[in-house]
Amino acid sequence: MLNEISITHILFVSTALFFIGVYGLLTRRNLITILMSVELMLNSVNINFVAFNKYLFPEKMDGIFFSIFIIAIAAAEAAVAIAIIINLYRSHQSIDVEDASEMKY
Amino acid sequence: MPFSSYILLIPLLPLLGFIVLGLFGKKHFNTSAGNIATLFLLISTALSLYAAYQYFFVIGLTDGRYDTIKVFDYSWLVFTENIAINIGFVLDPISVMMLVVVTFVSFIVHLFSLGYMKGEERFATYYAFLQLFTFSMLGLVISTNIFQIYMFWELVGVSSYLLIGYYFQKPSAVAASKKAFIVTRFADLGFLIGILIFAFQGNTLEFDVLIARLTNIQSPEYLSITSAGFMGVSLLTWALTLVFIGGAGKSAMFPLHVWLPDAMEGPTPVSALIHAATMVVAGVYLVARLFPLFQLDVIALNIVTYVGLLSALFAAIIACTQTDIKRVLAYSTMSQIGYMMFALGISGESEEMSLGYTASMFHLFTHAFFKSLLFLGAGAVIHFIHSNEMKDMGGLKKYMPITHFTFLIACLAISGIPPFAGFFSKEEILLAAYQSNKLVYTVALITSGITAFYMFRLYFSIFWNKETQIENHHGEGAWNMKLPLIILGVCSVLVGFIPFSNFVTANGEIFDTSFHILFSITPILFAVAGIIIATWYFRFENECPEKHSKKFGAFFKVAKKKFYIDELYLFITKKILFNLIGRPSAWVDKNVIDAGVIGSARVTGLLSEKIKGVQSGKVQDYTIYFFVGIISLAIVFLYIW
Repeated sequence: MLNEISITHILFVSTALFFIGVYGLLTRRNLITILMSVELMLNSVNINFVAFNKYLFPEKMDGIFFSIFIIAIAAAEAAVAIAIIINLYRSHQSIDVEDASEMKY
Repeated sequence: MPFSSYILLIPLLPLLGFIVLGLFGKKHFNTSAGNIATLFLLISTALSLYAAYQYFFVIGLTDGRYDTIKVFDYSWLVFTENIAINIGFVLDPISVMMLVVVTFVSFIVHLFSLGYMKGEERFATYYAFLQLFTFSMLGLVISTNIFQIYMFWELVGVSSYLLIGYYFQKPSAVAASKKAFIVTRFADLGFLIGILIFAFQGNTLEFDVLIARLTNIQSPEYLSITSAGFMGVSLLTWALTLVFIGGAGKSAMFPLHVWLPDAMEGPTPVSALIHAATMVVAGVYLVARLFPLFQLDVIALNIVTYVGLLSALFAAIIACTQTDIKRVLAYSTMSQIGYMMFALGISGESEEMSLGYTASMFHLFTHAFFKSLLFLGAGAVIHFIHSNEMKDMGGLKKYMPITHFTFLIACLAISGIPPFAGFFSKEEILLAAYQSNKLVYTVALITSGITAFYMFRLYFSIFWNKETQIENHHGEGAWNMKLPLIILGVCSVLVGFIPFSNFVTANGEIFDTSFHILFSITPILFAVAGIIIATWYFRFENECPEKHSKKFGAFFKVAKKKFYIDELYLFITKKILFNLIGRPSAWVDKNVIDAGVIGSARVTGLLSEKIKGVQSGKVQDYTIYFFVGIISLAIVFLYIW
């Protein structure tokens, strides 16, 4: 079944996913949604890795390994990011990025 | 080399003493510092006496000529193939003689200071400085290289500065040390330029190579240095004159003498060592070291002669009017160094070329003994009476018999009365002057009369004159203050009998001097006349000195004010230099340089004020910049490149 879908389609999906993530990253003010957008971008990269591995080098496993690494790191990163967000909430009573502006200028 | 095994210890022991006492003296050796330093100097003195014996009597002399021996030579900084700064150790008659003089006088002064400086708070520091000075002076006299001599030259300047300013709680001592340093530094600027001319034209910094090249009339270096000129005078004359300015600064020659009388603010043993016997003759030594070059140039020799002559007369006149006993001695030092200088100067013209040179070195040698004796005697007197002023003294002969006796010997020696040391050397100088230049001879003769007068004025004012009642005095001083006086007194009698021309001559070839008994009658008469006048004035307290000084009136007053040279310098520096150069420079500094710096800071500030909005603190703005940057880089790499 996979063979009927060409690599272009899959890359199209991952690109779309990536720019949805970028869009979210740039427009959202809520830190949780920004974190979600970053996860979207990471996952689009995962898709790329798996797709390239499958279509170009089917005899190898490197891409799959990389995507597993990325998933693990994304989990860790999410934990760290949520810890930061909780700290920010405690000090500012808000998780809006615009409220955390003491360091500007 | 039979020398190398031990001879390096002569300068290195004082250096070791300086390092040890300088670093650990205050904590660990505050009471024993004097003994340690004196022991080091004793070893150094013994070694240099042995080295002198070896050099003069065992190996130095070949075919009636003293060789120059380089015991040690190390290339320290190599600039080009030819020009390098070496650190070396040269033995030739004058350097060996100076080794003996420096270590011996320094040892005596170390010994004397044990008593004189006892109980000082910075006792160890004092000895550390003395050791530093001794090391630097030894390094100076053994230099093989004109740059080496310059470095040690500055080092003796620094140690002199430190020792003059030893009592740094006294503002006058601080001012004197600064004055000494600045005046000699100013003179050293001339020395440095002279060195650079020699290095550029002679293409070497080594003394022997330089002298060998420039004394050979066919050599390209000689031709280039004599043909190149500046303001109508050849570069050789310029270089020699500039080097002589350096020497004149150190040796307190007119008009750079102003620092020497003020340098008497230092402890008296220091004055004996640095400002009488060793450092101030460095200028004479320098001229003697470069003497073959001075011989090439009549103008430079004339400058040496007349500056020396003028200083001798000038200082002798001032010495007659001063009332601070150390200042009298300081001016007498300047006068005697003037003798040495003009003796070198006339030596180039006289028929017996070498006589003036030998006489100058001889006088340097004898002067070191009797002048340090005078200073140490004055030190003992000051120690006893706690004052420098003549008016506080008088009738001290019954309180301090040994000081009195040795001081008398030194006064007779400096006045040139036979058979004391000064007579022989001074007679030789006068003879050399008589043979070459009658004007110089006449002035020198008058000066020697004045010398006898002011020395005996000093002697009678301290030890005779009025009776001073002193109660609760602490005696003449410990053995370590009397012994140096006795040693130096014996030396002041005996060293005159050394046949100096058998050891030190301009070209190393020895000759015999005959003793001219008829010739020496006139100088002795002048000296005796000076002594008789002084006796008449100052033997007992009377009104003559005051009455007669009034007769001289204005002249006496001007001489007492040291001919207003200090005031002239202050006028030149404060009024002219500060107003004409200092103030405009300050204005430029404030309004051009500072304004430029402040202006650029202000422009940066304004600019940053304008663009600081870019740093909004919003992460998403930064992300936008980041993406825009990436995309533009991508466009550049994909489409444009």
